[in-house]
Amino acid sequence: MKRRMVTGVAVGVAAALALAACGGGGTDSNTDSSGGGTTTAAFDAANGKVFNPSDKKGGTMKFAISSDWDSVDPGDTYYGLSWNLARLYTRSLTMFKVGAGSTSSELTGDLAEGLGVPSDGGKTWTYKLRQGLKFEDGTPITSKDVEYGVSRSLEKSALVNGPTYFNDFLDLKGYKGPYSSKGQDNPAIDTPDDLTIVFHLNKPFGGFDYFAQIPATAPVPVAKDTGVKYKEHVVSSGPYKFESYEAGKGFKLVRNDQWDQSTDPNRKALPDGYDVTIGANADDIDNQIIDGSLDVDIAGTGVQPAALSRVLGQPDLKARADNPLSARLNYTSINPNVGPLKNIECRKAVEYAADRTTYQTAYGGPEAGGEIATGLLPPQIPGFQKLDVWSMGADNKGDLDKAKAALQACGQPNGFETNIAYRAERPKEKATAEALQQSLARVGIKLTLKPFPTGDYFSLYAGKPSYRDQNNLGLMLNSWGADWNDGFGFLSQIVDGRVIRDTGGSSNLSVNVPEINTMVDQAIAETDTAKRDALWGAIDKRVMEEAVILPGVWAKQVTVRSTRTTNVFVNDAYGMYDFLAMGIQ
Amino acid sequence: MPAPDAFLDVRDLRIHFPTDDGLVKSVDGLNFKLQRGKTLGIVGESGSGKSVTSLGILGLHNKRNARVSGEILLDGTDIVSADPEAVRKMRGRRMAMIFQDPLSAMHPYYTVGHQIVEAYRVHNNVSKAVAKKHAIDLLGRVGIPQPDRRVDDYPHQFSGGMRQRAMIAMALSCDPELLIADEPTTALDVTVQAQILDLMRDLQQEFNSALIIITHDLGVVAELADDVLVMYGGKCIEYGSAVTIFEEPEHPYTWGLLGSMPRLDRGVTNRLMPIKGTPPSLINVPSGCAFHPRCAYEPQTGGRGTTEVPELVESGRGHLVRCHLPVAERKRIWQEQVRPKLEAGS
Amino acid sequence: MVAYIIRRLFGAVLTLVVVSMITFGIFYLVPRWAGGTAESLASRYVGRTANAQQVADAAHGLGLDKPFFVQYWDWLQAIFVGRDFTGVGPAPVHCPAPCLGYSFIGRNPVLPDILDRLPVTASLAFGAAIIWLIFGVSTGVLSALKRGSIFDRAAMGVALGGVSLPIFWTGLVSLVIFSYGLHWTKPGGAYTPIEVNPGEWAYSLLLPWITLALLFSAAYARLTRAGMLETMGEDYIRTARAKGLRERTVVTKHGLRAALTPIATIFGLDVGLLLGGAVLTESTFSLPGIGKYAIDAINTNDMPKVMGFVIFSAGFVVIANLIVDVVYAVIDPRVRLA
Repeated sequence: MKRRMVTGVAVGVAAALALAACGGGGTDSNTDSSGGGTTTAAFDAANGKVFNPSDKKGGTMKFAISSDWDSVDPGDTYYGLSWNLARLYTRSLTMFKVGAGSTSSELTGDLAEGLGVPSDGGKTWTYKLRQGLKFEDGTPITSKDVEYGVSRSLEKSALVNGPTYFNDFLDLKGYKGPYSSKGQDNPAIDTPDDLTIVFHLNKPFGGFDYFAQIPATAPVPVAKDTGVKYKEHVVSSGPYKFESYEAGKGFKLVRNDQWDQSTDPNRKALPDGYDVTIGANADDIDNQIIDGSLDVDIAGTGVQPAALSRVLGQPDLKARADNPLSARLNYTSINPNVGPLKNIECRKAVEYAADRTTYQTAYGGPEAGGEIATGLLPPQIPGFQKLDVWSMGADNKGDLDKAKAALQACGQPNGFETNIAYRAERPKEKATAEALQQSLARVGIKLTLKPFPTGDYFSLYAGKPSYRDQNNLGLMLNSWGADWNDGFGFLSQIVDGRVIRDTGGSSNLSVNVPEINTMVDQAIAETDTAKRDALWGAIDKRVMEEAVILPGVWAKQVTVRSTRTTNVFVNDAYGMYDFLAMGIQ
Repeated sequence: MPAPDAFLDVRDLRIHFPTDDGLVKSVDGLNFKLQRGKTLGIVGESGSGKSVTSLGILGLHNKRNARVSGEILLDGTDIVSADPEAVRKMRGRRMAMIFQDPLSAMHPYYTVGHQIVEAYRVHNNVSKAVAKKHAIDLLGRVGIPQPDRRVDDYPHQFSGGMRQRAMIAMALSCDPELLIADEPTTALDVTVQAQILDLMRDLQQEFNSALIIITHDLGVVAELADDVLVMYGGKCIEYGSAVTIFEEPEHPYTWGLLGSMPRLDRGVTNRLMPIKGTPPSLINVPSGCAFHPRCAYEPQTGGRGTTEVPELVESGRGHLVRCHLPVAERKRIWQEQVRPKLEAGS
Repeated sequence: MVAYIIRRLFGAVLTLVVVSMITFGIFYLVPRWAGGTAESLASRYVGRTANAQQVADAAHGLGLDKPFFVQYWDWLQAIFVGRDFTGVGPAPVHCPAPCLGYSFIGRNPVLPDILDRLPVTASLAFGAAIIWLIFGVSTGVLSALKRGSIFDRAAMGVALGGVSLPIFWTGLVSLVIFSYGLHWTKPGGAYTPIEVNPGEWAYSLLLPWITLALLFSAAYARLTRAGMLETMGEDYIRTARAKGLRERTVVTKHGLRAALTPIATIFGLDVGLLLGGAVLTESTFSLPGIGKYAIDAINTNDMPKVMGFVIFSAGFVVIANLIVDVVYAVIDPRVRLA
């Protein structure tokens, strides 16, 4: 659930998918080209291709971020930037290929020699580890260390931050993890020898290789596991190890001499080390990158408003800025359980009447805000198709005639009144709510603005069914980023009605259609990737037809990098610069 | 240069303050002389220029906001034209001052002893210990009990009378030849006033210094002064020996002052006779005689009171008066009208 | 004097208790007014897979289900004897005394974190304080002595500007000019601890010091000027001059001494306040101090951290108050017997 990120601007966290170029066209997605290198500085030069390709080693990369993320512990992290960064000091079973454009949508073996081998109809997955893998202290890495890494990540009461896919999909038979179920073996993971690891699932799942790239599959030596304190001394299995770590302030990575290039076809390990500063002033980070004191803002959320006009307005700065699309949808949930919105015709009126251009402007315009969304799935996710379920009218400003007709059909020819909820601390959501208030007023739909505290938005207000229905929250601003770039990663948490809980907390605020739930089950069970992607695309269209989601923009941001960086490209899997590949001139 | 015939000789002293509202003529042409061992009382209401005069004698006026002219000859040295550093060295050593309110005039953060020591050591190159012993001696001489203990007390730990004694001790620390006391007893209650006046008289005799008492209270002057100078509106309006001023005053203002003087030798039923009206503005000084708006005898001047500034003229031996009324008329009014009224106390 | 200090100490402790109760009350009541229950508050700490029983255990283990005063008492007691929390994680977590709270998001006690950041904040506060004290007071004294001069007018004009400009503006502008433009000073976030390299330490803090000091210098110059003008008109200054003291002695020993008394009071409080976290300066210059810690805690909604920060900062202000009271008694003998 990427909404846990604290930054106001959404980050697309994601990993990418093996197959396929995106379907559909007509978008300016960054996934439509692949590979290639360029040394010509230009806007967006590192998006879709490698800018300044280089194999030169040496130098210290300087990273900074304005606020801390959940953890550097591979078993306790759910931030895209953290997954991007974790590849420097840990290796997981599989990983996304390191490359520009659609290259990164392919999975490949990392610790494992190759991808997993499914058996038992997708319920059992087997991986073979490479020879000669070592921890930073020289101890060989075995399949038991990988098993331990995954097992400890199940301990959600201690390591609360990570995703719950292993908890949900492994056939644990009541096993809770090495801290809670002391002395017990994890029944879902077998290690027949030091180089083989076998996962047993509770249901068939065709996309398990995606799970295998989660940092939680990084090996952790049992003896060095200090539970929640492990983040202070993460044991490296990658090309870099921690030289120092100061909670909330930053850390330094230096070369790990036990890492062997011959075991690792994916990493070039160009810099000699990395300095990561946490908690720097966001505006100052932009200034320092422009100045050259820093290389990259690892938040990947784009430059601050203060620097934006400067970056876009100054040609020399614009030439080292990029405009990546992140796998994130900013949208509005339409509550089908309140007032006139119970009638689909009234919901259709909202879809028709909304002015998508002001929605886009509220988020920052085409470059800093994003691309006007036509459906839920962003263009870089397989299964994407350009939908046109509800007419957006000429120039995307809304189709008022159809809106009025829908209101007539709904029995509310003069419009109706309802509330729009948003997170008070997010200026862009406030601007969006105001934009919708104006555009819907054109057909007589009157919106009252209802701001709520960000921290409790999902747990107590919009996310709590009893609250939103009793308080007539007809429209609720929402935002979602994929865990990784496939239909399951993007859609499962926001269209499956069964994730809605009476106690609140779900990101799905409006979609609860039995037919769609069934379609989700079918898509999950489908082992043929092409068919599975098509199913997710169909779900996207079916959700749109319910008129319970008003898509806003697929997020994009303007990012800037220092002039001395080489081998720069946007990794589509994370929607930000690939930290692993980048080198220094 | 002929030797001055007096220890202190003030000649045509003018102290003016330019302000945004106009020129304030606080002192406007003052002349007087004072011998060693003698006491001069300068009397007047608030704003008559008496305190400004005393600060002028000490050279304490800031060149930036005060215009001082004339001569103040102290033992032949002109303080007005002298180098400020030379005047500073004279201050405290050759001439010292006792201020009106000893609570505010003494620094609240330093002990009484420290403040006396400081005054002594700035002009005498002695050790702190010697200076402190000197301070204790002085405190003893001004009548402070247990001076060796009280020397380390702060001003706020002293009573009002004790503070004034300490103030006097501080002023006497360098045996000054000229001592100026500005309202030395105003802040004190009556019994203490008498003690302080006794003390000052004794000390003056002991040190043989010249003393200027500045006060609005003729009672104080009567106790101490040899000569009296009555100031009004920045000018001297009557000058004479104490006996002359008390027995044969000729200026209506002086009569008024005498009438407003509480006297222990008068019955309790006697009422004071305050002078009607308010002291003159020093910026828009009334035309003619500055006192004319308040003067009951102004009609008897035949209009000169409002148009012509009277001159300070001798009306008797050493007796100077600034009044348009004819001398004989003044003497008659005093003898026939004012004096009986004062003595009847009604 | 001893009785005076004891009386003040007692008052300081009472103040801290009241502040902590109010703070605790705010953090206890506001979420509940917003509809939070013990369970919903606890659910933030137990991860996504927790079932209702686990949430209830956490709510109980953290004491969130207890009445206000019981929770407050537990919290207060923890400062002296430490505290164990159960229900979050497989084993109880221990927060050793003095326990100002335990962050379940960061999984560590709050106090060591704050103490860890104290040197940064203290470096900033004391360095800036020395600069502004020297600069502000001397400017104020000169202005007062040369009242109405060109220097006075210019200094007070600059001071008015200095007081009015917010630090996040002057900070960023000076960073852009001196760090990025002229490269005279270190960029933000370049803090070096003093024990590592004192030269680098001072160099890295130079710009934050000057920026922060500018703000305070301006205020202190104005205060000092007003104080000096008032003091130099006092009777005891006239007395000092009448004694024949040198003008320099009159100004410094008699004038400044008295004029500085109120300045000392404000100075103590200002330094105390800054030691509790110079929030704006630290975030502008990316200094990992207590103020930055508080901002991060607020951003992540980490209530135990925020609570710990408030108490810690309040403690500094109260201690500063206490020191100011005692110092005041030393400076001004009239206070001693009062």
